[in-house]
Amino acid sequence: MRVCLQRPTILFYTFIDKKIHLGQGKGGCSVRRPFVHASPLSRGMADVAVVADKMNVRDALNSALDEELTRDPLVYVMGEEVGQYQGAYKITKGLLEKYGIERVRDTPITEMGFTGIGVGSAFYGLKPVVEFMSINFAMQAIDHVINSAAKMLYMSGGKISVPIVFRGPNGAAAGVGAQHSQCFAAWYGSCPGLKVLMPYDAEEARGLLKAAIRDPDPCIFLENELLYGVEYPMSAASKDKDFTLPIGQAKIMREGKDVTIVTFSRQVEIALKAADILAKDGISAEIINLRSIRPLDRPCINNSVRKTSRLVTLEEGWPQHGVGCEIIATICDESFFYLDAPPERICGADVPMPYAVNLEALAVPTMDDIIRIVKRCCHRGRAAA
Amino acid sequence: MAVRQALRRAGGRLLATQGAMAPAALGVAGRGLSTSAEPITLEIPVPFKGHNVEPPSRTVETSAQELTEFFRTMFVMRRMEIAADSLYKSKFIRGFCHLYDGQEAVCVGMEAALNDKDCIITAYRDHCTHLGRGGTVLEVFAELMGRKDGCSLGKGGSMHMYNKKGGFYGGNGIVGAQTPLGAGLAFAQKYLKVEGVTLAMYGDGAANQGQLFEAMNISALWDLPVLYVCENNHYGMGTAEWRSAKSPEYYKRGDYVPGLKVDGMDCLAVKQAVKFAKEYALKNGPMVLEMDTYRYHGHSMSDPGSTYRTRDEISGVRQERDPIERIRKLLLSHEIATVAELKQIEKDAKKEVEDALSKAKESPSPDSEELFSNIYRKSYGAKSYGADRKEVVVTLP
Repeated sequence: MRVCLQRPTILFYTFIDKKIHLGQGKGGCSVRRPFVHASPLSRGMADVAVVADKMNVRDALNSALDEELTRDPLVYVMGEEVGQYQGAYKITKGLLEKYGIERVRDTPITEMGFTGIGVGSAFYGLKPVVEFMSINFAMQAIDHVINSAAKMLYMSGGKISVPIVFRGPNGAAAGVGAQHSQCFAAWYGSCPGLKVLMPYDAEEARGLLKAAIRDPDPCIFLENELLYGVEYPMSAASKDKDFTLPIGQAKIMREGKDVTIVTFSRQVEIALKAADILAKDGISAEIINLRSIRPLDRPCINNSVRKTSRLVTLEEGWPQHGVGCEIIATICDESFFYLDAPPERICGADVPMPYAVNLEALAVPTMDDIIRIVKRCCHRGRAAA
Repeated sequence: MAVRQALRRAGGRLLATQGAMAPAALGVAGRGLSTSAEPITLEIPVPFKGHNVEPPSRTVETSAQELTEFFRTMFVMRRMEIAADSLYKSKFIRGFCHLYDGQEAVCVGMEAALNDKDCIITAYRDHCTHLGRGGTVLEVFAELMGRKDGCSLGKGGSMHMYNKKGGFYGGNGIVGAQTPLGAGLAFAQKYLKVEGVTLAMYGDGAANQGQLFEAMNISALWDLPVLYVCENNHYGMGTAEWRSAKSPEYYKRGDYVPGLKVDGMDCLAVKQAVKFAKEYALKNGPMVLEMDTYRYHGHSMSDPGSTYRTRDEISGVRQERDPIERIRKLLLSHEIATVAELKQIEKDAKKEVEDALSKAKESPSPDSEELFSNIYRKSYGAKSYGADRKEVVVTLP
């Protein structure tokens, strides 16, 4: 199933005898190829995003891709519907018109094939940005992400680096069912050689994607479909064309002293709202937004828990062997004796994602869950000194 | 480039051992080994078979120099693989070891048609391919034994040899994965307007992989300069081609991608086919080259290679089609070299391999710190951990 948002109306096909010069050196090849005209209606929508004071995540990602394509001729974008369709989720809108078919490549529906091609081109020295229409589809190509990309620098004794970015919407959306809702943060986060980034708001999406594209190692960039249309304020600094955010550094979204909530992506917003409500009940929650699943900002998490003495992890993915497990493990390693209560994990339900709206709501953490669990954590164990 | 280097080495050594170099025009006795670049024209005995393409001519141009080069290089490769066999049996090599002896003509013939702008990517039977792209016997042995002078610092092993400068991208352990990776290399060559092709090599076992067809589709659609080279040694591990492929005519499997079937035991046929295919690919996109070849060893060192094929079959191929013997016959029949001169080349090659082997045995294991090197190019101060997280924690370089 492919999610169809907007269909550009295609008015007509014209057969044009074109010499297609695609870098073949001497002599192009003369081919008859159908040339699809985008409709005048869609042409107006086919503009790249302009950086502004408020942007939605979609436009922020678009602006990042646009600037990095301009900055470095080795960068190119590849994926299903990224070109003429303007992107399944419109993340790549306007890029084909601006950069041409050599640098914005529509692929057939063959994840394993085009991911392998992306990785191979990165071996040679190009900097591909491979879009998966859903990170769920990346499972078909996971051999190339891990075995061909993540492990290559190590296996080759440092000879071959892989400056590739894999990106796409990850995790639960709305009503898309079991095969389109899995969160892959934990799976990818366990692999040495891979970097795993998960932005929350528009500024992070922009800064982290730019950083990932400039990074010399394979990065997998896990977005959230439900956040694409949400607007956030952008700082003045974030509008600069060289704005990047550091990889491997978490952000303290809200300072607190009673409990540390460690989370990422969409749940950051829900945690912030829950923190407001908890504050009214006298619980001061510190919210850490990981931004980077790998490398994990262990110092930030540990320093926070040493201050608050309580830990709650929050994610939408499955509980067993999830990201929360690693966060709790790192606290046990380094800050165990600072804990006043056992850590709590808030995760998605241990089930494949159901379709019925009431069941789907039970499968993902809600604000009520967060409030209840944080209170439970705070009322157990030793009282704060 | 690698072959030219080999020639210089070979030529130099030959001059040294022959003493005074007598001109080629003198009688057979006392005539020095001819390393003339004068063209010799030969007919390739086994015809090419084409699929959607007119095959190249069977008339091929070579020279004494080139034929001698073929002989010497293949002989070094053969000795290297046989030495690897002994190393494995004496437990210097661990894990997997897939040997190439019998198939030497494929990588040597290919190199004669390629240059340093071209790239090769192959699967795990990569020791000789690595050598052909400019690798040394020392770094192959050291890598096989997991020593620090190995081409991958001892961290890759038999299946993971690379030489980016020489255009060799491994060395890949997952069957079939190298085919879209190869298409990606070709994509990059075209993107950067490099006048080169990529040879994505795979075996008859990999020829049924879905990702190969995905790669062929995209490379045909985008006119990528990639040659899909199927080294058909007729057995995918223990499974004969007729038991795994509905159609074992692998050169036809590309369907809309043209293909050529080549006698893979004949260096000159391989050279001719690759030369032809490279010209084609630079203008028109992918082609499949099926190299009809044979491996004397089993699939790997843990496979005796005789449970699924008869010893008669193996010795038959060795008798009738051995690539080194074929070149030997040419060198003798065209009076390019005498039996004694060839023996000398063999002796020198054996010595080269033995010297490399003893040097490799002296190479130490990698330092423990190497456990954590080359995980990332840029680590941002991330930490990595050993089995004991309290004792072994490293800030990645």
